[in-house]
Amino acid sequence: MRYLPKSPAERQQMLAAIGIKTAEELFSSIPEAYRLKKPLNLPGPYSEQEIIEYFQARAAENSAGYTSFLGAGVYNHLRSVVTDTIIQRGEFLTSYTPYQAEITQGTLQAIFEFQTLMCQLTGQEVANASMYDGSTATTEAVLMAERVTSRRRVLVGRSVHPEYREVLRTYAKNSGLHVEEISYTAMGTLDEKALQSALREDVCAVVVQSPNFFGVIESPAALAKITQAAGALLVVAVAEGVSLGAVKPPAEADIVAMEGQSFGLAPSYGGPYVGVVASREKYVRQMPGRLAGQTTDREARRGFVLTLATREQHIRREKATSNICTNQALCALAATVHLTLLGKEGLREQAEQNLSKAHFALAELEKIPGVKRTFPGPFFNEFAVEFPKSVRIVNADLLREKIVGPYVLGTAYPELSKNALVCVTETTTRGEIERFVAGVRKSITEAK
Amino acid sequence: MSERIKKATRQTNQNEGLIFEKSSPGKRAFELPPLDVPAADPAKALGEAHRRGGVEGFPEVSEIEVIRHFTRLSTWNYAIDLGMYPLGSCTMKYNPRVNEFVARLNGIATEHPYQPQELSQGCLKVLQLLEKCLLEITGMDAITLQPAAGAQGELTGLLLIRAHHTKNGNPRKKVLIPDSAHGTNPATAVIAGYEVENIKSNAEGQVDLAHLREQVTPDVAALMLTNPSTLGIFEQQIPQIAEVLHAKGALLYMDGANMNALAGITKPGDLGVDVMHLNLHKTFSTPHGGGGPGAGPVAMKKILEPYLPVPVLAEKEGGRLALDFQRKDSIGRVRAFVGNFGVLVRALAYILAYGPGLRQATEDAVMNANYIRKGLEDAFDLPYTKPSMHEVVFSDAIQKKNGVSTMDIAKRLIDYGFHPYTTAFPLIVPGALMIEPTESESIEELDLFIDAMKSIALEATETPDLVKTAPHTTRVRRLDEVGAARKPILRWKPSGKRSEAAD
Repeated sequence: MRYLPKSPAERQQMLAAIGIKTAEELFSSIPEAYRLKKPLNLPGPYSEQEIIEYFQARAAENSAGYTSFLGAGVYNHLRSVVTDTIIQRGEFLTSYTPYQAEITQGTLQAIFEFQTLMCQLTGQEVANASMYDGSTATTEAVLMAERVTSRRRVLVGRSVHPEYREVLRTYAKNSGLHVEEISYTAMGTLDEKALQSALREDVCAVVVQSPNFFGVIESPAALAKITQAAGALLVVAVAEGVSLGAVKPPAEADIVAMEGQSFGLAPSYGGPYVGVVASREKYVRQMPGRLAGQTTDREARRGFVLTLATREQHIRREKATSNICTNQALCALAATVHLTLLGKEGLREQAEQNLSKAHFALAELEKIPGVKRTFPGPFFNEFAVEFPKSVRIVNADLLREKIVGPYVLGTAYPELSKNALVCVTETTTRGEIERFVAGVRKSITEAK
Repeated sequence: MSERIKKATRQTNQNEGLIFEKSSPGKRAFELPPLDVPAADPAKALGEAHRRGGVEGFPEVSEIEVIRHFTRLSTWNYAIDLGMYPLGSCTMKYNPRVNEFVARLNGIATEHPYQPQELSQGCLKVLQLLEKCLLEITGMDAITLQPAAGAQGELTGLLLIRAHHTKNGNPRKKVLIPDSAHGTNPATAVIAGYEVENIKSNAEGQVDLAHLREQVTPDVAALMLTNPSTLGIFEQQIPQIAEVLHAKGALLYMDGANMNALAGITKPGDLGVDVMHLNLHKTFSTPHGGGGPGAGPVAMKKILEPYLPVPVLAEKEGGRLALDFQRKDSIGRVRAFVGNFGVLVRALAYILAYGPGLRQATEDAVMNANYIRKGLEDAFDLPYTKPSMHEVVFSDAIQKKNGVSTMDIAKRLIDYGFHPYTTAFPLIVPGALMIEPTESESIEELDLFIDAMKSIALEATETPDLVKTAPHTTRVRRLDEVGAARKPILRWKPSGKRSEAAD
């Protein structure tokens, strides 16, 4: 087997050195009755070429050749070959969590740079080394707010990603947290009046997403005022990080939970992505996950270490701030390289291209009789539109034109059954937008 | 440099500052294709209140500077690709490159989790085949691939157990965890709403069965057991442990972190385990990447299947695959979408490369650990003498007499060209040296490691200060961790400014 560096003679030599005759004897501590007598029933062994062919065949059964207008928490953005080149360096790819700082300064400094970039993006004072994804980061942010306030009620906007809310409910159910949902207004934003009346002194966190699931930009500053006046913390989830290149960051929030998939990570059918929790400095000791910090060695040279580990499970065990151990370091590195490549101007330009293309797409769609925008609030690269017929039927028609249509809002919002969530990024060309709009027009005007 | 050090030599190392310190306005490393629609005015489209002109402080550098910056940083890391990485319980094995290649294929990396299922049959087939393979390896009945890492797998497993007990009328209160367990076990139990009760290991490092019988009350929901334990010892009484638990309606959770010792040899499902997680970034070779991403599938017996997280993969008529979201007893989601798909792809590629030959990998892993044990048992104290599986745990009891600790030996190992073994763990062995070579090491590399360890043992007697002040050859020396925690500096700030405005 090509991954195993031993010849049969070497194996014999090693068994002799150990003082046994057969490999079977290595497992003498496993009761005989439980040792397998038959080989595992698995496909393989495959050569490298056969493995590639297997996955190429699977790839051909997917969506290659289709243009997509899906967003809803996972976005198609330009990715540079430089990012992939860097993260495939064995020194990054095949290194462990940097507990041995002297020989992992590369990873540690990159994490420190990642934390800095995340602070700059979100307008927060500290950011951690990564969480699994946006959904778990949002949940961990709520658990953090619970530790800070010692309160147990959570108010979460219905305009927050439906799957983020599901994850929050899974975690909350057994940890004594009580989750309530706050409705949205005709503008498509969190209902501040409903929030006001639900806010009492037992609320630990108010969770809002911006741009929210409908693509509409919320007003974190105003929400922070209302929330903080009640002694609760405002958690702002950001599912589309690129928006922060053109939209004011939620600097007034107490905690920001972000999904970093947009920063150089492929959609990859749902993961791996990278979550981030960023917050005010005063809450850092309640933060989940790893943190890299700057320090010096005995000769006063600058270096980096994992720090404030007394929050973590390997030290604190049942008293830890989170059970997270392995997180998403390589994805965080990809985001760091990607954002460094883009830089200040690149991110701004990318964000403004998203803005322009999405607004162009909406204007074109609105020319179709019967199509209207669902919410009038400001949006970034996603918007909801109402069709005069079922979105599922429109999407089925689009599919025949090799277009993957927009997200069907009725899936998670029964009251929005005729509404679609359209996403357009810098990767969508004008020609593709026009083909999509023509497809929608044809579907709607044909056989009403 | 000592002539005893055979594996490594010193070499010139590039210095490199923070990327922010290289920034100069107007430089850029990425250009976009020109905008092909009319430009929207951000102030008008977003409103002045929401508009941001750009991210203050973001780096402005060129492409060559990005390449050099991160390449230089990379050279400061140790990695499996450079040599043996004997971290106990971490299973740092070779990460096959074809796995990276296939995870990046068009049609694999490019797929959106919400695209129609008829356009996702390839992704779903990958998931289905991986599920089948992992069920065969573990001997379990049902599986979820959703958890993002081992700790999240543990949580999923405990939530399944909780759902099962709740369905039977009472979620119960306690989870039993051996004192040798990894720290995630107790941290997870608390998030699942359980109290933790520790159970002590006996003098042989095994669960004390008589004691366990007393501890399993009707309040006990489950026992979380790592097998082989963190001492690298197979828990021989596991079928009896399962019986004790099952007699009281409690369940047996197995932490599968050490599955690299068992794959192809025995199946946890046959041993009485009710639910377990696997760390695909350990046993199934997906790269650790400096701390993730991983994946932590959870396999279970039939009784827990109704509570699987949604969505669940289902085979419909004509072999068409679909995701089923409607399951009334589900514990819900533990993360968005189907899981770390890209990691799952790599794990399947690994399994396909071996097929039934996985057994050979397991044999080699256990043989390597025993070869090291044999090579070092005269130089280091072996506190538990039961047969070793995939890892061996020594203690620093002999070296401690000269004031040399396991941490010192570990740091000195760096000078010899190796990554240290695990030091702070397991807690029941004071001054532990926890060594897991995996199957990826040749005799040559193992011999170099044994020589290095023996040489350090000698140094601990002859020149203990040399060991206590190690490492001597790295670009930084031991770092001030106390200072780092006392006054945390967690981000770069431009000099002269105390804090920078966000916008």
